[in-house]
Amino acid sequence: MKRKQQCGRRRERIFSDICLIPSLVGVLIFFIIPFGIVIYYSLINNSITKQFVGLDNYTKLLGNSAFLEASKNTSLFSLTAVPLSVLLSLGLAMLLERNIPGKSIFRTFFLSPLMVPSASVVLVWQVLFHNHGTINQITEFFGGQGTDWMNSGKGQVVIVMMFLWKNLGYNMILFMSALCSIPKDIIEVADLEGAGRLWKFVHIKLRYLSPTILFVLILSLINSFKVFREVYLLTGDHPLAKLYMLQHFMNNTFNSFDYQKLSAAAVIFAIVMIVIMAILLITENIFGKDVEN
Amino acid sequence: MISLKKQKKAASYAVWAFIFTAALLFLLPTVLTLANSFMTSNEISANYGALFGNMTDNKKVFMSENVNLKFIPDKVTLDQYKAVLITNSDYLMKFWNSVMLTVPITVFQLAVAILTSYGFARYPGKIKSIIFFAYIILMIMPYQVTLVPNFLVADKFGILNTRASVILPAIFSPFSIFLLTKVMKRIPVSYVEAAKLDGAGELQILTKIYLPLCKSAIISVAMLVFIDYWNMVEQPLVLMNDQDYHPLSVFLSQINTGDIGLAFAVGTVYMVPTILMFLYGEDYLVEGITTSGGIKG
Repeated sequence: MKRKQQCGRRRERIFSDICLIPSLVGVLIFFIIPFGIVIYYSLINNSITKQFVGLDNYTKLLGNSAFLEASKNTSLFSLTAVPLSVLLSLGLAMLLERNIPGKSIFRTFFLSPLMVPSASVVLVWQVLFHNHGTINQITEFFGGQGTDWMNSGKGQVVIVMMFLWKNLGYNMILFMSALCSIPKDIIEVADLEGAGRLWKFVHIKLRYLSPTILFVLILSLINSFKVFREVYLLTGDHPLAKLYMLQHFMNNTFNSFDYQKLSAAAVIFAIVMIVIMAILLITENIFGKDVEN
Repeated sequence: MISLKKQKKAASYAVWAFIFTAALLFLLPTVLTLANSFMTSNEISANYGALFGNMTDNKKVFMSENVNLKFIPDKVTLDQYKAVLITNSDYLMKFWNSVMLTVPITVFQLAVAILTSYGFARYPGKIKSIIFFAYIILMIMPYQVTLVPNFLVADKFGILNTRASVILPAIFSPFSIFLLTKVMKRIPVSYVEAAKLDGAGELQILTKIYLPLCKSAIISVAMLVFIDYWNMVEQPLVLMNDQDYHPLSVFLSQINTGDIGLAFAVGTVYMVPTILMFLYGEDYLVEGITTSGGIKG
């Protein structure tokens, strides 16, 4: 009987394995094998003589000032935009957690950036942040001094704002649902024991929110790399040094057919991502167990 | 006691005012695009001419040095729409191209993702979680990294310059697998056990239990995938040389230098499917997002 059950279980297991096959085949053909080729490309001198040069392309890349500038700018952008988006969307979610009139309409408004095509967003953004644009006109109206947003260091601020504008709504809903799922009785017990708001937030809410925080972190990280499309439409191939992102670098090397440089950059990018993700998932495991106990 | 109550009330008004302002700011670009699409081209160039130096001379006469933000047109006109929808068939053709790319991508990516997520969620194991981790890494890669491999593969298969070169890699993009697996992992084992006692096979467990329980999540992921590819610019540009195949999003991204009035009208036309999706599917979207929080689900 037991053996039969095991057999049945194995058959079921096989069905769930089979379900993975279409995706595995597709990913293998369209992502993994080509990525293998990318790694190969990063180790040879050029696509014609195909001589193996070891890590030459990598050392060259790490000495390339455009690459270094791009990496610096991209990390700076992600390190500001991602934590900001987590904090602000959590804040918004907590504000909207109260029963305020018009809650569901506000929710729709916050989600509305998802609807607008990137190109139209860029048009509007240009109107707002142009040298003689709306924002400057408002500041000048109140006696302030306008700034040339797109052609100065402030450009980064504009891009962070654009990123937040586009992604806060979605993250906010993730947090709203997470806040809803915190068991009410735990909060009530804490209330009875006279716990303060801050204590409740740190010791109860944050713990239950930690899986969602990590999820939002990952999503924001992914989306922070997608913001390049808007930056590109806003500023073109070669923006000011401060706005020159890793994706600009890759785009330009792609257009100049320098596959060796591009491949090495892609591999370095992948390695950095693997490390970041591993850290995030390990943290998740530690915190996840904490909540279960 | 009363003053405390009053204080609380004042605070909640302040919160409301804050959220109201923030929400309006979020809605602004949508409204602006809509409003400007009804303006005459002269009004547009008078307001935004300063943005683009290369306007024709007769329009420069109307141009002010400032860029003016305007919500209410002086004169409401459908001229831009006439140009987009009737006079020039190019836009509708490109709109159709967008549909022909985005719909198959969304449908097939979801089909693959449902099967795969089921595979990951039911009977999880060490090997499966390693594969899942690899999928997350793939998902994070910016398209510039995957574009070269995609280009090479499309070239090898001889599908370069066809819609398939854009559609096929997109079908296997792991984004929806990542979201759906989380949702499916949350389905209680007891449901599955109960179905098994009733004699349900694995296929039935997938179609009769997993699918209905994940309905809103599936719809919400489908909406996200649709929006993502509806706005794609880079993949068609690199993989399809022939402009006749380009979706409207590519065209929209190149319009900046030309007639901006048209750009707003085209932008609005391009928003119609997403707006409709929101009107009919926002509750699904919210419910779907709601079930997908949490890293492991």
